[in-house]
Amino acid sequence: MEKNVIIELKNVSKHFGQTYAVEDFNLYVKKGEFITFLGPSGCGKTTTLRMIAGFELPTGGEILLNGKDITDLPPYKRPVNTVFQKYALFPHMDVYENVAFGLKLKKVSDGAKMRKLTNAEIDKKVKNALKIVDLEEYENRDISTLSGGQQQRIAIARAIVNEPEILLLDEPLGALDLKMRKDMQLELKEMHKKLGITFIYVTHDQEEALTLSDTVVVMKDGMIQQIGTPEDIYNEPNNAFVANFIGESNIYSATMTGEKKVRFINHVFDCVDEFPKNEKVDVVIRPEDVHITGEDQGMAKGKIVSKIFKGIHYEYIMMVGRNELVIVDTRNLEIDKTYGFDIEPDGIHIMKKELTANIYDDAYIDKNNRVVISESAFECDITSLVPGSTVDEEGYVVGPDGVRYDFTDADVKAEIGLKDIDILDDEQSGTVSGEIVSIIYKGDHYQLTIRTPQDEDFVLDTEYTYDENDLVGLSVKSEKIKLKLKGEAKKYAKK
Amino acid sequence: MRKNKSIFSRKFLAVPYAVFMILFVVIPLMLIIAYAFTDESGRITLDNFRAFFSGGHNINTLMFSIFIGFLNTAICLVLGYPAAFILAKKEFGFGTATVLLFVMPMWINFVLRTAATRDLLFAIGISGGEYPYLATMIGMVYNYLPFVILPLYTTMTKMDKSLIEASYDLGANKVQTFFKTILPMTMPGVISAATMVFMPTMSSYVISDVMGERKISLIGNSIQLYFDQGLWHIGSLVALIMLAIIAIGSFCADSEPQENARGGLW
Repeated sequence: MEKNVIIELKNVSKHFGQTYAVEDFNLYVKKGEFITFLGPSGCGKTTTLRMIAGFELPTGGEILLNGKDITDLPPYKRPVNTVFQKYALFPHMDVYENVAFGLKLKKVSDGAKMRKLTNAEIDKKVKNALKIVDLEEYENRDISTLSGGQQQRIAIARAIVNEPEILLLDEPLGALDLKMRKDMQLELKEMHKKLGITFIYVTHDQEEALTLSDTVVVMKDGMIQQIGTPEDIYNEPNNAFVANFIGESNIYSATMTGEKKVRFINHVFDCVDEFPKNEKVDVVIRPEDVHITGEDQGMAKGKIVSKIFKGIHYEYIMMVGRNELVIVDTRNLEIDKTYGFDIEPDGIHIMKKELTANIYDDAYIDKNNRVVISESAFECDITSLVPGSTVDEEGYVVGPDGVRYDFTDADVKAEIGLKDIDILDDEQSGTVSGEIVSIIYKGDHYQLTIRTPQDEDFVLDTEYTYDENDLVGLSVKSEKIKLKLKGEAKKYAKK
Repeated sequence: MRKNKSIFSRKFLAVPYAVFMILFVVIPLMLIIAYAFTDESGRITLDNFRAFFSGGHNINTLMFSIFIGFLNTAICLVLGYPAAFILAKKEFGFGTATVLLFVMPMWINFVLRTAATRDLLFAIGISGGEYPYLATMIGMVYNYLPFVILPLYTTMTKMDKSLIEASYDLGANKVQTFFKTILPMTMPGVISAATMVFMPTMSSYVISDVMGERKISLIGNSIQLYFDQGLWHIGSLVALIMLAIIAIGSFCADSEPQENARGGLW
């Protein structure tokens, strides 16, 4: 392992009963690094931070600080300090007392024995910390008289005054307004440079993460999606989720048509990534990587259908066949006019397709010959389990050889294609209902992930617009569910 | 137009309340003051004062009442604080139902409750006749404990948990966190609880009467005794002194810098 690694998380997970907040989290952080956990709410980023701080104990794995196992160490014995989301300043103390809180408890080695800090030492450190956050004159102010931004600074001062090895920041700028947030971002970066402390920062704001960090850890559903520099994360996203989460982008389903050739939006483009021929992939194209040309030039063409002025540039939506392509350009172009466009090979980011079908490994057949997925029974074609079979009037499957099978409680693997799930606005009318947890736009359709109350995910493609957190019903036509029996069919033959 | 013609204005709604206040608060208060500073013939005098403060017995009773008040408050806080703390901690899984169990005695008739406590104590061998002080204190604590638990519980459930985490984070262990963070932050609840216990304890006479089998005399008992004997003037003076003590007590409690001194329920 590298020498300058300050903290390492090995296979860390946090389970709450059946569900998990963090799963198999592996990460090491270098000394002096500014690392950010980025992800939507509920992705486990705060839980991970709290495990580093010691407020939560992992249910699996270990956390090493400077090579020493601190997994079970209580928070007050860890050389880390936290800046809390809502500041958590002590209301019964003034600014000075808040900042001095940690110092008054601290013991330093003085030759052979440990001693407390003297008042003069504390005073010097508190004043210095307040100077760093630019609030020197506020020593004797009551916490309640401070503005949100000032409280934020005091919270930072209270943490850094203890000279922690790692400073943990849990969405510290979340409660500030946009202007102040931008200012604080710059100050934090400055502070990080000046103090040389390792910063671990948690945010759901991708721009903040890109601005501040040396390294970004993108998380979703308790799992790391990608670790990389802001440039890596932005330019080479690992998957559609990361691409979608990090800034505006065009995401399409595509097929590799040859060596470094990929086909999407009905055109074949040159690319730089190598994937096997005919492999289904996802491609990401950043709006700024599309170059608009004259109508008859360019690799392909499309019609501009929308134009929004964004200050330094315009944002256009171009229809290329049935697909939408978002483009930014500084030129003022005409709406409803057809233009050509180029995409450079290195502007096309190809990602392995995560999912081509929904696969449920723990499905089973109930006594009505339906398949149960996520505690819901779907009508299915039971005869597909035995080729050439029929169902008799008693509900038993009769094979071509006349053998009767009783598939009640048989374990099966069920597979449902992304396009084969019908989505219904009325959550009651489907076979199963759930909440939309993610939406990715893919040019001419949306890819939705619907999570049932049993925590099972259904991924489907639809042309219709929905919102995140919408409750919807889902149904699947019986012939669209592909069943595969686990084990031999003869196990279920009736004697 | 209609509105202008209407004889009733909204402020008339306050009339019943004002009448009530005048009849049952202001006039009695005036009467107490008037009685305290006059004698039977109606002459203005400070004799009642002299009589009260010259009799060592009265001073003793007053001091003893204050002592019992403090003692009861202290015992109730010592017992009630951990109870409220445990109830308020979600980890222990006590729901509102458990809190209700603690508060329920308040709903039972006071006289019945006190008499039942006396009989129960008698049954286990602590009779008021033999141990008047012990029995009285048990009765007091039993009666006033819910008044301590409830405001403390309210303050504790409203406490921001991240402040406790911040304390741990800054290097305070569990004991230090309790004394430096949890206790100061629950102080409003403690003060509110103390006022809810101290003043009524001092002036109560039913509990000391019933539990101590009339062997213990608190200032409330003195007032009752004076009034029973028809000594209205000196009785009123004692009542006035009590009022002054309670007023000073409330003032001290309220001058504490903490806002929301009384938890949501009070």
